[in-house]
Amino acid sequence: MPYTVREAAAAFRRAPVLTGLSSAMIGLALFVVGLFGLAAHNLRLALETIEERVEIVAYLRDGALTEDIALADREISSLPEVLAVEFVTKEEALLKAQRELPEFNNVFADLDVNPLPASLEIQLRPGNQNPTTVARVADYASEYPFVEDVQFGREWVDKLFTLRRMGAVTAMILGGGFAAVAALIIGTAVRIAIFARRDEIKIMQLVGARDSFIRRPFLLEGAVTGTMGGALAIALTWATHQAVFRYLFSISWIPAGWVASGLAAGAVFGILSSSLAVRRYLREV
Amino acid sequence: MIKLINVTKEYPRRGPALEDVSFHIPKGQFCFLTGHSGSGKSTTMRLIHMAERPTSGELRVSGFTSERTSRRDIWKLRRRVGYIFQEFRLLPGRTAQENVAFALEVTGTPRHSVAPKAQRLLTQVGLATKAGAQVHELSGGEQQRVAIARALANDPLVLLADEPTGNLDDRATRGIMDLFWEINAMGMAVLMATHDLVLTRLYPKARVLELDQGRLVYDSQVAEVEV
Repeated sequence: MPYTVREAAAAFRRAPVLTGLSSAMIGLALFVVGLFGLAAHNLRLALETIEERVEIVAYLRDGALTEDIALADREISSLPEVLAVEFVTKEEALLKAQRELPEFNNVFADLDVNPLPASLEIQLRPGNQNPTTVARVADYASEYPFVEDVQFGREWVDKLFTLRRMGAVTAMILGGGFAAVAALIIGTAVRIAIFARRDEIKIMQLVGARDSFIRRPFLLEGAVTGTMGGALAIALTWATHQAVFRYLFSISWIPAGWVASGLAAGAVFGILSSSLAVRRYLREV
Repeated sequence: MIKLINVTKEYPRRGPALEDVSFHIPKGQFCFLTGHSGSGKSTTMRLIHMAERPTSGELRVSGFTSERTSRRDIWKLRRRVGYIFQEFRLLPGRTAQENVAFALEVTGTPRHSVAPKAQRLLTQVGLATKAGAQVHELSGGEQQRVAIARALANDPLVLLADEPTGNLDDRATRGIMDLFWEINAMGMAVLMATHDLVLTRLYPKARVLELDQGRLVYDSQVAEVEV
């Protein structure tokens, strides 16, 4: 067995409690990241669902000509951002209102004249539900003379996207913060391991071992500890997901890529933290 | 082999530990570095091993100079200069053989050569039969022999010994000194720091350098020439 693997394995054997604690600490730190990832992922899914409902409605004046409406339908449909355009007649609008607002059925029944306008309901393609695109398509539709009004809930769309931006910034800040905490924990664990083996390191330096050679077992140890911590974090996040799913409400599990990234992040954190800790120690002695 | 040219070493709060020290130890010479505690012996040894750098002046050791040798290249120097301490600094919980093998392994000796070479080195220092003993089971003199075997692992050109007999009784001291002379007879330069002037008188063939308050105050070679 190569020296690096043997020494890293020996370090685990010599101090299993320390290794377990290190992995547990890393696991807990990454678990918080995992929980945040789970929440962020589900928030993103929820936002996407809401975004899919972002719709522009162009209300038409009474008496608009069928040919003009058909032309507008075709022209708006041909816009690259637009997924579909549906023409809703006055009668269909009334039926829809009766269906969706049953508490006003008496009012609707007493009407002599249908007050609801015909409309063009414009659906945007996924990824185009941002305020700029929505406003541009709405402006385009409003330029037709037979269009009386265009509604798309400007404030609502703005708020939705502000929320999304805030989510992204929060994810970066909190994720970065937790990553830093995890790195500190790994670094501390490695420093403890280095301290426990300071005599060996001094002798290695004394007899002329290269710094890279001295570092290797610690880097491997950091990578393994980090990966174990990552695996623990994933297991805890999965358990939380299952508990929420069964007893509270339906949520989605994070994508497989994120799980792999979690493990990789654990390993990378482990290597980087170990590297920094060993480098600092080697400079000191 | 070892050359110090006007070497001064100062520490921020302690002041100068060495002042303007110059000497040259050629290949194969046996040299004592003497002086009272705090005279600068250990500082000189650490400078030669490049564990520290001089504040001014220049130091040359087996082709490496203090000015040009980067921290990254020190390992190359350390393989040419063996180092022995007063307190042995062996790895506890390992056998004599494992301690020597460790030095061989971490400096890139092929795996199949590690065990036989470790055994050969232990035989050289007179511990062939104690190879499997845990270091705590060995006497002080035997532990120092293991440390010497470890220092010889990379076939160095120079052996630095900082008070190597400081923790040993007279008998063990004689044994270790005999071993140093044997090693020196094979062509290796030996620089041994000691405060024990009686010991230096037992070996009149050795050169003696004496430090006092960081200054070189006596060099037997120069004294002989002057006489």
